[in-house]
Amino acid sequence: MLKTIGVEKIEDLFDKLPEDFRFPDLKLPPQQTEMEIAADLDEISSSNGSTKELISFLGAGAYDHYTPAAVDNLLQRGEFYTAYTPYQPEISQGTLQAIFEYQSMIGQLTGMSVSNASHYDGATACAEAVIMAYHHFRGKRHKVLLSRALNPQYRQVVRTYMQGNPDLTITGDEQAVGIDADLKNFTALIDNDTAVVIVQYPDFFGRVINYKPLIEAAHAQGALVAVAVNPTALALLTPPGEIGADIVVGEGQPLGIPLSYGGPYLGFFAVNEELIRKISGRLVGQTTDVQGQLAYVLTLTAREQHIRREKATSNICSNQGLMMLASTIYLTLLGKQGFKQVANLCYQKAHYAASQINAITGYSQVFSETPFFHEFVIKAPVNTEHLLLDLRGYDILGGYDLSHDYPELKNCLLIAVTEKMPRENIDFLHDTLLEVTHD
Amino acid sequence: MEYPKDLKYMKSDEWIKVENGIGTIGISDYAQDSLSDVVYVEFIVDPDQKVAAGEGLATVESVKAAAEVNMPVSGTILEINSGLSDTPEVLNQSPYGDGWLVKVQLDDESELDALMDAEAYEAYCQGR
Repeated sequence: MLKTIGVEKIEDLFDKLPEDFRFPDLKLPPQQTEMEIAADLDEISSSNGSTKELISFLGAGAYDHYTPAAVDNLLQRGEFYTAYTPYQPEISQGTLQAIFEYQSMIGQLTGMSVSNASHYDGATACAEAVIMAYHHFRGKRHKVLLSRALNPQYRQVVRTYMQGNPDLTITGDEQAVGIDADLKNFTALIDNDTAVVIVQYPDFFGRVINYKPLIEAAHAQGALVAVAVNPTALALLTPPGEIGADIVVGEGQPLGIPLSYGGPYLGFFAVNEELIRKISGRLVGQTTDVQGQLAYVLTLTAREQHIRREKATSNICSNQGLMMLASTIYLTLLGKQGFKQVANLCYQKAHYAASQINAITGYSQVFSETPFFHEFVIKAPVNTEHLLLDLRGYDILGGYDLSHDYPELKNCLLIAVTEKMPRENIDFLHDTLLEVTHD
Repeated sequence: MEYPKDLKYMKSDEWIKVENGIGTIGISDYAQDSLSDVVYVEFIVDPDQKVAAGEGLATVESVKAAAEVNMPVSGTILEINSGLSDTPEVLNQSPYGDGWLVKVQLDDESELDALMDAEAYEAYCQGR
């Protein structure tokens, strides 16, 4: 082969590279056996902290909920163990049935009529809402409004997704617009060039805000409204579909998916019926086969590349299959009542925690006048970076430091409490805060 | 396959019929047959919009593919057959009748000369 292409030795193929980089000394450790390497890796991984041994008040988009053992067990069945919907979908009735049930449950949860089969995570589902809205108006509306109280990571992903589109201005989340619960400044930005307005429910600070006036203001300008939701909260709250949202997206991780360093997670995406033709991904429908038996089919895949090719408006043509399945099993196992119970426990425990911490001298709950779900903001009397390190010494992950994303919330912590948190641990956080603050 | 004589055709399978300076535009029998069952029609122009020859008018989606419908001549959109969004199957049943897509006010009727007549279009289709 070397002779055919006219070079003498293999090294000649690399002569375009600077000489220093051609055959660098990789400085690898001496060769090890598999057993030795496994032991090394074990040791490295044991220096990770996990929510098993730490008391975690971290949330900010990913939540430590209890997952029934059956979820993982069913998930690992060979018949389901693929991330993809098969390319001959109808042959996999089990997968299609799971998607159908997932879509039905997301529909019920969000109050929307249509749900696709899922996205990578909440942030990418959010970005997909922007892409869909842009194409819905055929590129004629150029403004996307993101609430400053929308998860900063979601906002960043939206910007990354849309960076190749110079027609679009992504705005509304500047510090000057603010994070006031009345949304006055933010609502004032909606005009007839606005394609979509995106808000979060409960918002990044855990606040439950009534978006009805905002939705009405947006609709008056002909704009779409997307609401990024926490699915657990929807067990208790009025779903956005009932107050007129056009698109509902969200992070499905709280539905039986482990925290696992930030992924794989699950993005859900639901719309009202008017937008059914605009959504990416696939829809599964229920029907009967030639023998009159119950069967599932891919009813609609209109936006996918294999139908629309270069006219496709999205890259998404499959789904986050395994994680979608996990959430479906989780919701099925819990049932309506069980899921409500989880949400209610989150709510009650978070409110207990908020009142306990609020009672400590120097600590105060920010936004205390606005209802919240299972996450709240506490202003600390000390530097939060140091405080979190101190708490870490007591095996407590004390929350999410808001100072970096929100300079206006200096020394503020975002604290999440789920159903898993025992009361003793909340009291322990309270006592530890007292102790480390007085030091 | 039908190729009505009173129409002009594009290579991309649109037809136009002109009466008193007003053109009616649709897709040919050959086009609906190649697409198979049409499930969705999405208009990408609005009434009163000026559209140049060759620009897109609508997207027609079938169970197999999505196809863009283009403007055969330059002109202003007068009317769109918006009912097709609810009954896309009409495009298969009556591509030259009730399945029309848009009506336009032509800018310049001489642009029609650049299009194929029925005979040329039929020969073109048979050669594909």
